Amino acid sequence: MTKFIDLTLNGISTGAIYAAVALALVLIWRATRILNFAQGAMLMVTTFIASGVINSTGSYPLGVGVALLSGFVLGAVVERVLIRRIESAPPLNAVIVTLGLYTLLVAIAGMIWGNSPRAFPAAFSLRGYNVGGTTLLFTPNDTFIVLVVLGVALLLALLFRATSLGLQMRAAAFAAEVARLLGVRVGRMFTVGWGLAAVVGALAGVLVAPSVFLGPNSFDAILISGFVAAVLGGLDSPPGAVVGGIVLGLALSYVAGYEGSALVPLAALVILIVVLMIRPTGLFSAARERRV
Amino acid sequence: MLAVEDLITEYGPVRAVDRVSLRVAAGSVTAVLGANGAGKTSLLRTITGLVRATSGVVTFAGEDITALAVEDIVRRGLAHVPEGRGVIAELTVAENLRLGGLWRGRDAAPVEEMYELFPPLRERCNQPASRLSGGERQMLSIGRALMGRPQALLLDEPSLGLAPRLVAQIMGMVRRLADSFGLAVLLVEQNARSALSIADRGVVLNLGRVVADQDSSQLAADERLRHAYLGF
Amino acid sequence: MRRSALLRQSTLVRSLGLVVVCGLVLLVLSENITDYRNTQLAEGAYFFAVLAGLTLLAGLSGQISLGQGALMAVGAYTVALLVGNEQWSLVPALAAAVVVTLIVGIPVGAVASRLRGPYLAGATLAFAVGLPALADKFPSLFGGENGLTINPPTPPSWLGSSFSLERWEAWICCAGALIVLFALYNLIHSGVGRSMRAVRDDEIAASLCGLRVGRTRAVAFIISAGCAGLGGGLLAEVNQLAQPGAFPLQLSLFLLAGVVLGGLGSLAGAVWGAALLVFLPNWTNDLSGSFSLSGNVSHNLPLAIYGVALIGAMVVWPTGIQGGIRTLTALIRARLSARRRLRVGAAPEPSGPPSSVPPSADGSG
Repeated sequence: MTKFIDLTLNGISTGAIYAAVALALVLIWRATRILNFAQGAMLMVTTFIASGVINSTGSYPLGVGVALLSGFVLGAVVERVLIRRIESAPPLNAVIVTLGLYTLLVAIAGMIWGNSPRAFPAAFSLRGYNVGGTTLLFTPNDTFIVLVVLGVALLLALLFRATSLGLQMRAAAFAAEVARLLGVRVGRMFTVGWGLAAVVGALAGVLVAPSVFLGPNSFDAILISGFVAAVLGGLDSPPGAVVGGIVLGLALSYVAGYEGSALVPLAALVILIVVLMIRPTGLFSAARERRV
Repeated sequence: MLAVEDLITEYGPVRAVDRVSLRVAAGSVTAVLGANGAGKTSLLRTITGLVRATSGVVTFAGEDITALAVEDIVRRGLAHVPEGRGVIAELTVAENLRLGGLWRGRDAAPVEEMYELFPPLRERCNQPASRLSGGERQMLSIGRALMGRPQALLLDEPSLGLAPRLVAQIMGMVRRLADSFGLAVLLVEQNARSALSIADRGVVLNLGRVVADQDSSQLAADERLRHAYLGF
Repeated sequence: MRRSALLRQSTLVRSLGLVVVCGLVLLVLSENITDYRNTQLAEGAYFFAVLAGLTLLAGLSGQISLGQGALMAVGAYTVALLVGNEQWSLVPALAAAVVVTLIVGIPVGAVASRLRGPYLAGATLAFAVGLPALADKFPSLFGGENGLTINPPTPPSWLGSSFSLERWEAWICCAGALIVLFALYNLIHSGVGRSMRAVRDDEIAASLCGLRVGRTRAVAFIISAGCAGLGGGLLAEVNQLAQPGAFPLQLSLFLLAGVVLGGLGSLAGAVWGAALLVFLPNWTNDLSGSFSLSGNVSHNLPLAIYGVALIGAMVVWPTGIQGGIRTLTALIRARLSARRRLRVGAAPEPSGPPSSVPPSADGSG
């Protein structure tokens, strides 16, 4: 029984990370109809930057702050310099460009920081909660992770629903040409969208880094899980991304617990295929049929 | 207010707009007429900047706007109600309206004003725009364009898909807007009869070229022209 | 009827001629280069096998797959198991590797044929990472992290005792590459190839013409899987080893880079891509050596170059090396004909390179 509770709690906290990555992917997809295969690499770079800042200043909050800021800059620059040029090209080009960006970022990270994984500090204690004599696998840091991700999701929802900027971003995402005709600076909205998505990704990076150890390829699996979670919830739906993340986290946690961690990537693949075959638009998407 | 001089727009080897010139004064309605494929929509899209002109000049309120970006042209007070209404289905009626005035900031019209002009919108104000009927969408689209208190209004086939009674209502509304707000209205229409009924001037396009540019009553009286290009 | 039969025959004849010419060239080449170069030749040949299948899939059929690395692993492990554990001889084992990957390709292709663009890329990405993990799940069968080893193939005695192992391996791999060349050349120029192109360019129109869209795409996938399986089997032969570490996600990305940079959809592009995959790590090593770059930089340099090249290719030059060659030859041809016309006295035709085209596929050259 304890094992089940442990796995469930663990699933929720890893699910929160998947939710954050999925949220980043969904934001970019909604805005520019591009699946950002470089998302994992981008958050890897910002986490390395955070690590550097933490090591030299000893301040965790400063490191995280710098990570978020550099995330925004990175996302905005990538959109402005790279994505802007291929927005009107066939979708195949965008896939290759983001894959190329992923490759380049991993290489640069390897050049600057080396290929051997290193440790990354956690915000809070990594000792499990003690409940009635048994130590759970759930730690205060995990609580922090879940709360932060939920908080960010709520903030984003508020941004999109209640602010003018959010309205403009939604308009630019849903109907770019019409938005232009209403004076919305659509290009700027795309840049902000990418920057925002990168910030969410950067957050996921610093939250998950303590458990995966920081290296150029440490976040590849997270990208795939985030992608599966996003598809599960519906690529058009930010709340779907959050729910998809939690559901996936739970599912993979049970698989790892009862079948061994080697099967986890395969389980993610199976879930992905099942969703794409049965309900391609995801659990939460509006009924509108999108070509998958 | 709005002037177009020798405008040429080409899509590759096809010349959609061939040396078109026209003028629209403030407070007047100019109808652009012609059959399908005559270049009417291309003309509007070139004026607003959605399509780059190959050559020619577009002047608005004394300023040369030919090379400006769409957003900048719109922010100078030129509103474009696109073909098919362009209502953003995922947003609510209220959000659509609010969106139209955002660029104007504090000087934008209050949403309440649009509800006065178009009462059916008030009932549906929090519903997604996808639920609106054709006529309501047209009202929303026009209202949205008016939120920014524009000086010129470009309308692309507002009568498309609407019942005759609604068409008459919309046309009447457009005339009143031109008169009361002093708007320079450029109205592209296939329904020549209803367009001419409210227009001051009529410009007829055929294969991208202007074949007639006259006072609307003269145009309506010219039987040869009407039969040849306008279908009635 | 006669016309199409003749056309069919001529493709067959052309492809046979191509194979014979290439075979002779490779033979002569292999005789006159060092053992080290022969190993590189072998590497290039098995990469060509995989890339040819991938360029068919991505260029001709318009489906981006990031899972070719995993399919290579399937082929490699099949050969390793049959040759190593079951004492099969090489050729039947390679044939079996192709058959096994074809079979694996059937369900994969069935699923993939229903996915488009980024969804397909994401799903094959998950496949590339998920499948090799199976080796860890069944360590007794697959040898876990260390993988399975096989004995090197011995050259047959009738070639003489001085025939080096490396040259024999090069011969085997080149034979495999030539088979792939022959098969794919004929496929590209056949009705099946045309169907693939039609489906890639406009699905709705193609289905209205009676083409089975799903089946056409699945067939492309299955064929590319078979090619990857052959390539993987040859890789296992040459390296005498099949292990999960040899098929990381990066390999699939390198393969995609090779195909894109070489020229999507063209077999000649697959040749350039294979050459790139073989020589780039060496060039960057030499570069790092002469500039005495640090270990980290030199280790990651090939990867960085691929990244930049992929991005650059899509932004600046989407048609790859083969596309560049085509543009160049068209330019030269136009100049020559213009000069000819001038001499004759007629007005010169407007010359200039054709505008950069999206990945086209004609398998020419």
